[in-house]
Amino acid sequence: MSEANTQAIARYKNNFLKEVEERVEDGQWVKMCMQCGVCAGSCPFGPHWEHSPQKIFMMIRAGKREEVLTSDSMWMCTSCYNCIVRCPRKLPITHIMHGLANYAHRLGLAPKGQPTRDIAVLFWKNVVKNGRVNEMTFSLAMYFRDGFGQGIKNAMAMKDIGLGMMKAKRLNPMEIFGGHTCKDKSGIQRMIAKAREIEDKRRRLA
Amino acid sequence: MADNKFAAYLCSGCGIGDILDVAKLERVAKVEGKMQIIKTHPFLCNEEGVKMIRDDIANEGVTHVCIAACSRRAKAEAFHFPTVALSRANLREGVIWAVAEGAEHDEVRQEMAEDYIRMSCAEIKKMTLPAGNVKESSSKKILVVGGGMSGMTAAQAAAEAGYEVVLVEKTGQLGGFANQMWKRMPFNMPYAEPQPTGAAELSAQITSNPRIKVYLNSTVAETAGAPGRFKVKIAAESGSVSEELCGAIVQASGFTTYPIEKLPELGGGQPNVVDQAGLEALARAANGGPIKRADGKEVKSVVFIQCAGQRDDSGTHLPYCSGHCCGTSIKQAIYFKDQNPDIDTVVMYQDLRVPGMGEDFYRSAQKKGVIFTKGKASKVTGGDTCTVEFKDLILDEDTATQADLVVLATGQVPNAGVNLDEWTATVTAAESGDEAAKTKKAELQKISVLNLNYRQGPDMPQLKYGFADSHFICFPYETRRTGIYAAGPMRRPMDMHQAQEDATGAALKAIQAVENAALGRAAHPRAWDLSFPKARLEGCTQCKRCTVECPFGAIDEDEKRFPVFNEERCRRCGTCMGACPVRVISFENYSCDTVGMQVKAVEVPDEDEEKPRILILACENDAYPALDMAGMQRHTYSAFVRVIPVRCLGSVNTIWITDALNSGYDGVMMMGCQKGENYQCHFVKGSEMAYYRLGKVGDTMKGMGLEPERMQTYEIAITDGARVAKLINDYVEQLNALGPSPMKGFG
Repeated sequence: MSEANTQAIARYKNNFLKEVEERVEDGQWVKMCMQCGVCAGSCPFGPHWEHSPQKIFMMIRAGKREEVLTSDSMWMCTSCYNCIVRCPRKLPITHIMHGLANYAHRLGLAPKGQPTRDIAVLFWKNVVKNGRVNEMTFSLAMYFRDGFGQGIKNAMAMKDIGLGMMKAKRLNPMEIFGGHTCKDKSGIQRMIAKAREIEDKRRRLA
Repeated sequence: MADNKFAAYLCSGCGIGDILDVAKLERVAKVEGKMQIIKTHPFLCNEEGVKMIRDDIANEGVTHVCIAACSRRAKAEAFHFPTVALSRANLREGVIWAVAEGAEHDEVRQEMAEDYIRMSCAEIKKMTLPAGNVKESSSKKILVVGGGMSGMTAAQAAAEAGYEVVLVEKTGQLGGFANQMWKRMPFNMPYAEPQPTGAAELSAQITSNPRIKVYLNSTVAETAGAPGRFKVKIAAESGSVSEELCGAIVQASGFTTYPIEKLPELGGGQPNVVDQAGLEALARAANGGPIKRADGKEVKSVVFIQCAGQRDDSGTHLPYCSGHCCGTSIKQAIYFKDQNPDIDTVVMYQDLRVPGMGEDFYRSAQKKGVIFTKGKASKVTGGDTCTVEFKDLILDEDTATQADLVVLATGQVPNAGVNLDEWTATVTAAESGDEAAKTKKAELQKISVLNLNYRQGPDMPQLKYGFADSHFICFPYETRRTGIYAAGPMRRPMDMHQAQEDATGAALKAIQAVENAALGRAAHPRAWDLSFPKARLEGCTQCKRCTVECPFGAIDEDEKRFPVFNEERCRRCGTCMGACPVRVISFENYSCDTVGMQVKAVEVPDEDEEKPRILILACENDAYPALDMAGMQRHTYSAFVRVIPVRCLGSVNTIWITDALNSGYDGVMMMGCQKGENYQCHFVKGSEMAYYRLGKVGDTMKGMGLEPERMQTYEIAITDGARVAKLINDYVEQLNALGPSPMKGFG
């Protein structure tokens, strides 16, 4: 359990709804859910989640902190926005799901090895490093996230697509050696650090 | 009869002239109908056509007008001639639109139209212009029983409209339940905050209004008479009795809360569990400060349990939804949140029902942080902190929560007075000498609100669950006692806003009733009808069928056991007329003769012509409009039927049926409203009485050697246009298979 999580538990005691309201992006909307279930019914991934958005909101109100934050449900969201479009209360459900996922990750509670989470982490690290995405290193990192052997298998399975992209000059194999960066790499990194600082302050995470 | 002048006006517009031979129709009206004036106009309902009729009435002394044009339900305003008797032959909806197009139908279509002319001319001969009957002792004063928000609103509405009002309140103070409340739900934009009840202000306005006379600490000891002339004895607690003559009554006797003691499983009786009324008391005591429990502890967490002892299908508690409790709990949760946002307030509901603009109020509570949990509470236990065990209906799990205070939404029980079924049974038992029943009768009399001296019992009939409602589709704002209107939660469960709206509606209906009574007119559903039942008493056999069958108890008996009509209570359905075995009851414009002559006016072809004749007696409220609708939507039906509208199937006298069958009709179709528990009859039980009565016609038919299938009854709704056409066509087929009536040629 991370230090941030311990502090959060101490700060909010049993009031998980209040914690979500203050610390999760768009979390103040959770209390406005009227449990109609339209989001759950509209979600194309509905049958494949452990908890629908409707249930997630209900669990937040019921104070099921551990269960919500360790759930992989919000990581299953594909951002199709069906739920937002259909919610009669105009709740930004997709954004709340992303907010919850992000918060769970920050507290170190998000499920380990969850593919969506892994891809998000790798993408973020990659993009912060050079100020742009390096397709070569990003895809290789994804292939090899489950070990060397699996990485080779993944690369073999995808080789035709990779070769095609190279022919079409969409992928440069030389990028594996660092690749090109944006103009002011350190500037971007400073900007992101500042944004994080502001956000943490606002969400009382600092 | 010497002064009567009969005129027939035929319209050839709307395609009537193109499809029918109007010249022939004119000849029928002249030769067979014996009309003295016959005129045809290409557009009878326009200004010129109507002026032609008006001029004839003014200059030619026409007293009886027969209009052969569209249905009697169309152009009623254009063809409104209040000084003459009027009959209508339905050539448009009833003939040219209802019979299939094409030359092969020309003959039967023309015959149908000619029959309708004959029928209309025959009917008008037996009609007289209703004169009305205004009673001298008529009063326009309105009695309001109950001084709560509903009663006060009704009294104020009537007084503002210029009517004298008498308000009777059994306690020593106006305001009723609102006096016990801290705040009410919002009635106006933005529907977000609880509002002051306004009971004190309204009460002050009532007391200072010169048109309103208030009797406090008083009850209604006896109500006699009829609309326009109710004699009401008002008994004060001190023992003095005053009498008031009133024209109409608004009963707003309110409700009591369902007793919390009946819910021990939800903690009813525990010190930290209250009902919604109990919480209002705590909120009043707090006066805007922190709300404290009875033991003085400040409430930091509260759970509201909705549907406590309501919507119960086990038969133990109230089976219905009281409608206001969700809104009331939202309001009470806001009391806590407004005082201190850190208080945990949970509303535990199964279905949150916030009608009207309650949705905005609900949203406001959510913004303030009230938590709504979809769950069903099963058990409330514990001392200082209550434990509420419940099933979370979203997460589908049994769980529990803690609270300093639990509030149960227990709902409303109406104060509608005596249950008349119980009353009738008790009175019957008491009359047979049962001592226990005599004691019970005295007990019931204490419950009665109006103490009517009507033959049907001391209070209004209760429709369901003890509420004094009548029928929300057919009679919004009406009850089953003419001139007496129910308002507020004794009619159906409601919140204060609905109750006040309801009370305003009831006051307007009461005004209508006194105004109509003053002019000798029916209030509803035959609004403005000036006719009333007249009995030829010398022929009366005192069989009491009219008094028993009248759905509104409008007929009493005198010392010699002859019927006495309380015309102001009458709704002109004619059920008495249909019930009378010796046919001594009639209306000026609707009688055994007006319909009987129409039945006989139809030309019945011989059996070798293979043209059966079918009589349709159709209730004017639903079945006749449905037949019109069939025509309008071009659902064609057989031209072998002849339709006669009747006021209610209850007014059908069996003589019409036997006359028709005797004259060689092949079949009779009776079309009335749905009867039984979900009745749609505008006269409550008219259609039911008809079915009962006509069930006995079968024996007569057997005696005549007729198959019982030659008479059929149907329940028709106003929307049944397509269905009614199919029923007719199917029946014609059935009769064709059965063969012509053996009575043909004997008539």
